[in-house]
Amino acid sequence: MAVPHSEPRSSEHGSGFIDKYVFSVDHKVIGLQYFFTSCFFLIVGFAMIMLLRWQLAFPGQPLPLIGRLLPMTWAPDGILMPEFYNQLGAMHGTIMVFLGIVPLGVGAFGNYILPLQIGAPDMAFPRLNMMSYWLYLPGGMLMLLSFVLPGGAAQSGWTSYAPLAIVNPGQTVWLLAMVVIITSSLLGAVNFIVTTLNMRAAGLTLGRLPIFVWAQLVTAILLLLAFPPLEAAAVLQLMDRIAGTSFYLPAGLVVAGESLKVAGGGQPLLWQHLFWFLAHPEVYVLILPSMGIVAEIIANGTRKPIFGYTEIVASMIFIGAMSFIVWAHHMFLSGMSPRLSNFFLVTTMIISVPSVAVLTCLVWSLKGGSIRFTTPMLFSLAFLPLFGIGGLTGLPLGLTVTDIYLHDTYYVIGHFHYVVVTGTIIALMGGTYYWFPKWFGKQLNDFWGKIHFWGTAICMNGIFFPMFIQGLAGVQRRLYDPTAQLHNLSTQPLNVVSSVSAWLLFLFQIPFLVNIVYTIFKGKRCEENPWRATTLEWACASPPPHGNFERPPRVYRGPYEYSTPRAREDWTPQHVPS
Amino acid sequence: MTTPAAAPYPSEHVPTTGIPNGKLGVWLFLASEVMLFATLFTTYIVLRMAAPSWPAGWEVLNVPLATLNTVVLITSSVTMVLAYAKACERDRAGFYRMIGLTIALGFAFLVVKAFEYGAKFHHGHFPSTDIFYAVYFTMTGLHGLHVIGGIGFNVYLALWAREHWEHPLFIGRVEYGGLYWHFVDIVWIFLFPGLYLL
Ligand code: HEM
Ligand SMILES: [Cu+2]
Repeated sequence: MAVPHSEPRSSEHGSGFIDKYVFSVDHKVIGLQYFFTSCFFLIVGFAMIMLLRWQLAFPGQPLPLIGRLLPMTWAPDGILMPEFYNQLGAMHGTIMVFLGIVPLGVGAFGNYILPLQIGAPDMAFPRLNMMSYWLYLPGGMLMLLSFVLPGGAAQSGWTSYAPLAIVNPGQTVWLLAMVVIITSSLLGAVNFIVTTLNMRAAGLTLGRLPIFVWAQLVTAILLLLAFPPLEAAAVLQLMDRIAGTSFYLPAGLVVAGESLKVAGGGQPLLWQHLFWFLAHPEVYVLILPSMGIVAEIIANGTRKPIFGYTEIVASMIFIGAMSFIVWAHHMFLSGMSPRLSNFFLVTTMIISVPSVAVLTCLVWSLKGGSIRFTTPMLFSLAFLPLFGIGGLTGLPLGLTVTDIYLHDTYYVIGHFHYVVVTGTIIALMGGTYYWFPKWFGKQLNDFWGKIHFWGTAICMNGIFFPMFIQGLAGVQRRLYDPTAQLHNLSTQPLNVVSSVSAWLLFLFQIPFLVNIVYTIFKGKRCEENPWRATTLEWACASPPPHGNFERPPRVYRGPYEYSTPRAREDWTPQHVPS
Repeated sequence: MTTPAAAPYPSEHVPTTGIPNGKLGVWLFLASEVMLFATLFTTYIVLRMAAPSWPAGWEVLNVPLATLNTVVLITSSVTMVLAYAKACERDRAGFYRMIGLTIALGFAFLVVKAFEYGAKFHHGHFPSTDIFYAVYFTMTGLHGLHVIGGIGFNVYLALWAREHWEHPLFIGRVEYGGLYWHFVDIVWIFLFPGLYLL
């Protein structure tokens, strides 16, 4: 057939190095590009917070060793400047959320695994996929670059509340970079939804989709509908900064003793509403892919079907829908009418129910399983209680009465880091061990994997558990000098515990990184399907060639047919005819 | 070339839902665009409700020019539909005529808009003047950017048609371009009364 094809054929784009590894349209290469880039950003974001944690543990003391290497404008004599401290905090949040976790959970895992799990040869729009990555990378680089531009990086928190953000230096580049990153995510979201709906193998009905695919689908829908409002909001803030409008600025503001010369008439609260309208769905964007990963690993590691497949999927969809009407629980203290805050209180309590349902189903899936304590399974098992702590500590923040006390304290920081670090990151690490054989045809070393696991799990708790205690003692977040307030002194030793745990956590990542690099270059080839898994990604070679499957797979059953009675083995793959 | 057993390539895969990938993609993209403009309209409403006073659009803005622009855009939507019809009928000359007209009308819209902006600047009205002009310039400006994007895609279609008139995806792309162009038109149909007549 001589029909011209607009999308490059998979077999055509294997020629040069540039086509193959740089401007590739193959979802697997793009997935790995996302993987390595987002890991880089996670390390950068982590490095920033490790610096910041020095100031929290030993306020005003010069940073040992590296302190002298930092520029004078950041840390004269190795002592962190307050402005630099604020930049570190704001950029840590921004980088971790938008450049680390989302690209890792969606861009890397979603891109690589989702098309395989639905038996597709590639994403629906391979070139658009490449474009998403090539917007993400420059957007991220621009964000990093802002540290060395005049004015420095943004320093108004990842939330960029107006009017502070509008008068603070560094914000313009933050906004420009955000617009680029958001656009990248939007293109990705369209691609994921179309791929999931349209590129499924024969016989793969919606009811037979792996939970991971469902999680990615709901995530993509959230990104598609929640990101545009933030994009609009960012454009308005950009207008305020460069065109002198005052969308978020009331008249009569006095900044640094001088009255601000703007027309006024704007509303600072408007920004908060628009921001959180995105940012609450965003937290589900951060957690849903991880729930999907954990479900896959648990089914595989217990050798039995997931308990409550339908309930989990229904809960995820319900979470997705509800997440659009809870945003103002972040703003209980902004002076809104109690009637309004009651509404958001109720919706917040409602949305916690499906999250608990998912977790309960996952825990119940363990019952009666012959659990294999492999490294990915250890991470998934740790996810359950740790994410549980993260979720349950959120309830007091959703109840107006308790939130009045807890708002803006370290309790909040502890809560969402339990969700996003001991939840999401733990799951993503487990996913890396689980799918590494798929990516490279080689298995990560199990012994070092277990060392990595125990070190990581313990250190993470060492960092974030003290924050609950500090928060309850009234320590506020975003403080440059925690000893400046008398009531903080009693819990100051906990800051040292937290900081030392953070630095130890870094040390425990070294075996992980070495393990990855060593295995890629020196590891031995493993079996094609080392975990004896049932889902479609294992129905092709590891790593899969261009076009993935030798011939289009056909699906005969649901995703988790483990230990089926009377079956020859304890796993019956989806694509094997009965 | 390819062995019969090879998996279909993305563009050959039969869509599971029966809706072509491109069409589904465009509709999803438009859904996100709806959220974008919905946010701007919400912002407008919130700011206006909170403002102690708000100028009447027809007193400060140029309604005749905007009416002209409304006619221009609606006409361009019609020519866009005709371009699609000609593509379906495989009438090549007709397609070029209609897509050319659509592009020209898009430009006409921008020229009129530029005159409007110019007059405002001339009278010393800038986005920073007050919150009304901030809303006016930002919303019409973002809409203008979308018009430029639409013109860009239509130009691409016209150029692409030269070599790919027979391409299996060609008619589909014209349809998607049309969907987007109508969306841009519809946004204006909300903007016009919202800003000029209320
Ligand atoms: C694993 C290592 C991590 C450590 C040790 C850490 C530590 C911290 C600390 C101490 C703060 C408070 C800063 C302050 O009070 O000014 C903070 C803030 C924050 N972190 Fe992390 N974090 C880590 C990972 C993450 C991840 C993975 C994410 C997101 C997905 C994240 C998102 C945030 C956000 C959004 C803030 C708020 C920033 C702001 O105040 O604007 N963190 N982190
Ligand atoms: Cu929230």
